[in-house]
Amino acid sequence: MSTITTIKKGLDIKLVGDAEKTITEVLAKRIALKPTDFTGVFPKLLVKEGDKVKAGTPIFFDKYRDNIVFTSPLSGEVTEIKRGAKRKLLEIIIKADSKSESLDFGVADPTKLNKESVTEKLLKSGLWSMIKQRPYTVIANPEAKPKAIFVSGFDNAPLGPDYDFILHGKGEAFQAGLDALTKLTEGKVNVNIHSDQTKTKVLLNSKNVQVNEFKGKYPSGMVGPQIAALNPINKGEVVWVVNPQDVINIGQLFLTGKVCSEKIIAITGSEVLKPRYIKTSAGVCLNDILQDNVSDVEKRFISGNPLTGSQVEATGFLGAYDHQITVLPEGTDQRFLGWIMPNLDQYSYYKSMFSWLTPNKKYKLDTNMKGGERAFVVTGKFEEVFPFDIYPMQLIKAVMAEDIDMMEQLGIYEVEAEDFALIEFISTSKIEIQSVMHNGLEFLRKEMS
Amino acid sequence: MKALQKFMDKVRPNFQKGGKYQYLHSTFDAFDTFLFVPGHVTKKGSHIRDGVDLKRTMFLVVIAAMPALLFGMWNVGYQHFLNINETATFMETFFYGFLKVLPLVIVSYVVGLGVEFIFAQSRGHEVNEGYLVSGFLIPLIIPVSTPLWMVGLATIFAVIIGKEVFGGTGMNIVNPALLARAFLFFAYPSQLSGDKVWIAEQVDGTTGATPLGNLLTATDKLPPLPSVMESFIGTIPGSVGETSTLAILLGAGILLFTGIASWRVMLSVFAGGYLMGLVFNLIGANAYMTLPAHMHLLIGGFAFGAVFMATDPVSASQTNRGKYIYGFLIGLMAVLIRVVNPAYPEGMMLAILLMNVFAPLIDHYVVAGNIKRRLNRMKKIAA
Repeated sequence: MSTITTIKKGLDIKLVGDAEKTITEVLAKRIALKPTDFTGVFPKLLVKEGDKVKAGTPIFFDKYRDNIVFTSPLSGEVTEIKRGAKRKLLEIIIKADSKSESLDFGVADPTKLNKESVTEKLLKSGLWSMIKQRPYTVIANPEAKPKAIFVSGFDNAPLGPDYDFILHGKGEAFQAGLDALTKLTEGKVNVNIHSDQTKTKVLLNSKNVQVNEFKGKYPSGMVGPQIAALNPINKGEVVWVVNPQDVINIGQLFLTGKVCSEKIIAITGSEVLKPRYIKTSAGVCLNDILQDNVSDVEKRFISGNPLTGSQVEATGFLGAYDHQITVLPEGTDQRFLGWIMPNLDQYSYYKSMFSWLTPNKKYKLDTNMKGGERAFVVTGKFEEVFPFDIYPMQLIKAVMAEDIDMMEQLGIYEVEAEDFALIEFISTSKIEIQSVMHNGLEFLRKEMS
Repeated sequence: MKALQKFMDKVRPNFQKGGKYQYLHSTFDAFDTFLFVPGHVTKKGSHIRDGVDLKRTMFLVVIAAMPALLFGMWNVGYQHFLNINETATFMETFFYGFLKVLPLVIVSYVVGLGVEFIFAQSRGHEVNEGYLVSGFLIPLIIPVSTPLWMVGLATIFAVIIGKEVFGGTGMNIVNPALLARAFLFFAYPSQLSGDKVWIAEQVDGTTGATPLGNLLTATDKLPPLPSVMESFIGTIPGSVGETSTLAILLGAGILLFTGIASWRVMLSVFAGGYLMGLVFNLIGANAYMTLPAHMHLLIGGFAFGAVFMATDPVSASQTNRGKYIYGFLIGLMAVLIRVVNPAYPEGMMLAILLMNVFAPLIDHYVVAGNIKRRLNRMKKIAA
C-alpha cells in the first residue's frame, strides 16, 4: 500500500465521555432541515406547514443555484417553519410518520453511468448537498472540475466517533458511493485512513480509489491537514470533501434508488450518562435521542465535537454535516483566583498548569472561556499545533485586516475555519479565531464571486 | 469565598453601564477578574478552552523574575556594607536591600498601573496584564540609587509612548521596560552610569564602578575584574536585578520549562554574544577586546536582557526562524556596542531596542520565504 504520511503537529485533548461501542436504534420522531447549516445558501421554500412529504421530497432550494435542492430525509408532515430576525429561515421541522414512503430515483450501477447522470441523480435526490467544496466549505458546484475528492475515514477529534465501528458491514454501499464519486472528478478519489487504527475492511478494501495512510495527533483525521500534506489547494483550484457516512448514503441511493437518511451518531460528553452510538435519522431532534440520558447540571448541547461543533438547544436538531452530539457542562462558575491557583482539574496545553503531569487523565472540561479577551501576545505556540505550511498568526491578522492580497499570499485557500480549532483552544488571548476565519473566508468568497 | 463572591456580585451593577460608578468600570473589572476568573462562556467555535490565560502567563514571568529580585535585594545590602566596611548578618543585609528596592517596585507599579487604568477606562477596555511584567522588570534594570521621581517619570514615558500610543499590550513596537531605562539613560545619564550610582548610600571618595564601567576606561591592559564565580553568583555592583547570572538562570529555567519564553531567542542571544566575544579575542586590538568571551555573558545586563527582555514575545520576532536571527543579532550587537562604542558601557539595552525595531522586518523576510514557496508551487502547476 501507499506510504504513511505522518502529521507531526497537533494535540490530543482527552475528555471524559467517549461513546461506548454499542448501537441503539432510535426512531426519529421529529427531524429538521436547517438552511443555516449550508454556508452561502439562500433558501427558497418549496413546502408549507401541513404539507405531507416523502423521503426525497424537495423542501427548499438555493435561490442562486436552483439545481441544488434539499430533500426530506424521511416521510412525514411539515409541522413547523421557524424563522428568525428578518424572516430568516432557520428550521423546517418535519414530524415523521410510520409509513416510511420514499420517492424512487431509480436503481443504477454508478460504474456504468457518466458524470452527468451521476450528478443529476445526486442533485435530484438532494444528496448533492453532502458534497462540500474547499476552499470556503460551501456545497460543491456541479459544473466545477475538482482536482480531487477526499474522504477521511477516521476522526481523532476529542470524543470523535469511530468510523471503523460506524462503517462496519456497509462495504457494498460504501463502495457504490465511491464508484459514484469517481465519476465526478478527473483526479483521484482519496480515502484517508489511520495507519494503525483503521482496521475495517470497508475502508481498507476500497477499490478504484487512492487509499492514503496517515498517523499523528488530532487534527490528522481532518481533511484540511490531509489535503495540505498530499496536495495543497492553490488559488483557483477546488477539491471536494465527503464524509464516509454520506458516501454510504450516496451508495444506497444508487443501490436502492431511494434516499437513505440513516445515520449512526455518537452521543458523547461528560454530561451524557451513557455515552454510546445511536442509529437514527439525519437532522434528528436531540430530545428524541437524549431523553433522560443526560445529567442534571446546566448543560451545553453541541452538534458536532467540542472543538468545531455548533451550539444547539436541548430541543434542537442535529446539523446536516454532523455525526456526533456532545453534551458538556456550561462553565458559568467563577473561579476564585483561578488564574494563579494550581487548577488540577483543568487541562492545558501549556506547562504553566499541571495537566502535563497526568498525560493519560481524561478531563471533564466546561465551556468557560477561562480568561478575558486580550490582544495576541504569546507567539510561536500556534505553529506547534497547526499542521500546515502556513504562518497562522500572520494569516489571522491578514484576515482581521481584510487584506485579500496578503490572505492569498499566506495560503488562505488551503485552510477552513475548522482548521483553526486547536489554535483557538490553546490561544491565551481567548479570541474567537474560528469566527474570525469563517467571516474572513465569507468576505473573500463574496469578493471573489 | 462565597461571601466575597456575593459581595462582588452585589456591587458589580454599580460599575456596569448605567451604574453610578460607570467611570470606574475598567478598574473594577480589573479587581473583579483578579479575584475571580469570570463566568464567561464560549459562544461558538471551540466550546472548550485551555485553562491558561494571559494573566497566568504574565504572572509566571513575574515568578521567574523573583529570584533575580530577591538576590538583587540582598546584593544591594551586601554592596552597601562592603562599601562602608561593616559586617552584617544575612538578614540585615537582605533587609537593608529590601527597604531600598521596595520603593522602586512600588513606584513602578503604582505609576504604571495608574496610567494603564486611565487608558483602559478611557478606551472602555479591560485592563491588560502586560504591565504586571513591565512594572516588575523596571526596578530590576536600574541602579538602586535612582531617585523615585525619575522612576515615576520614566514609567509614565514608557507606558504612554512605548505602549499606549500603539494601542496597549500586544501592540507595542519596543519593550516598555527597556524604554523606561533608555529614557533615564539619555535624559539623566549621570544617574545611569559612572561609579557613583550602583551602591546605595555610597561613601564619598570610594568607587563603585561596575565591571563594564572599568572595562570601558581600560587602555592597554584589562582592569582587575571580578572572578567568573563572583560574576556568576552576582556579588558585584550593577543594576538591581542584573548582577546574578545564577538567579537569572533560575528564572530562565521556569520560563523555558513552561514554554513562555522562546528558547530560540535565549539560545541565539547567548550564541551571538559569545561569538562576537570570540571574534574580538581574535582581533585583540585593545585591552577590552581580549576580555574572555564568556565574561561578556556574565557581567552587566547581558544575561538579564537575554532571558527577560529579548524574549518579550510582543516586541521580538514572531516567526521561529526570525527568532534565531533576532536573538543572534542582539547578542552580537550588545558585545559590539560594549567594546567598540566608547560612550556606552552597556550595549544590551540598545541592542535589544534596536532589534525590537527590526523584528518586523526580519519577520517580513521570513514570511516572504513561505509566500515564495507557495508561488513556486503555483508556477510548477501552470507550467
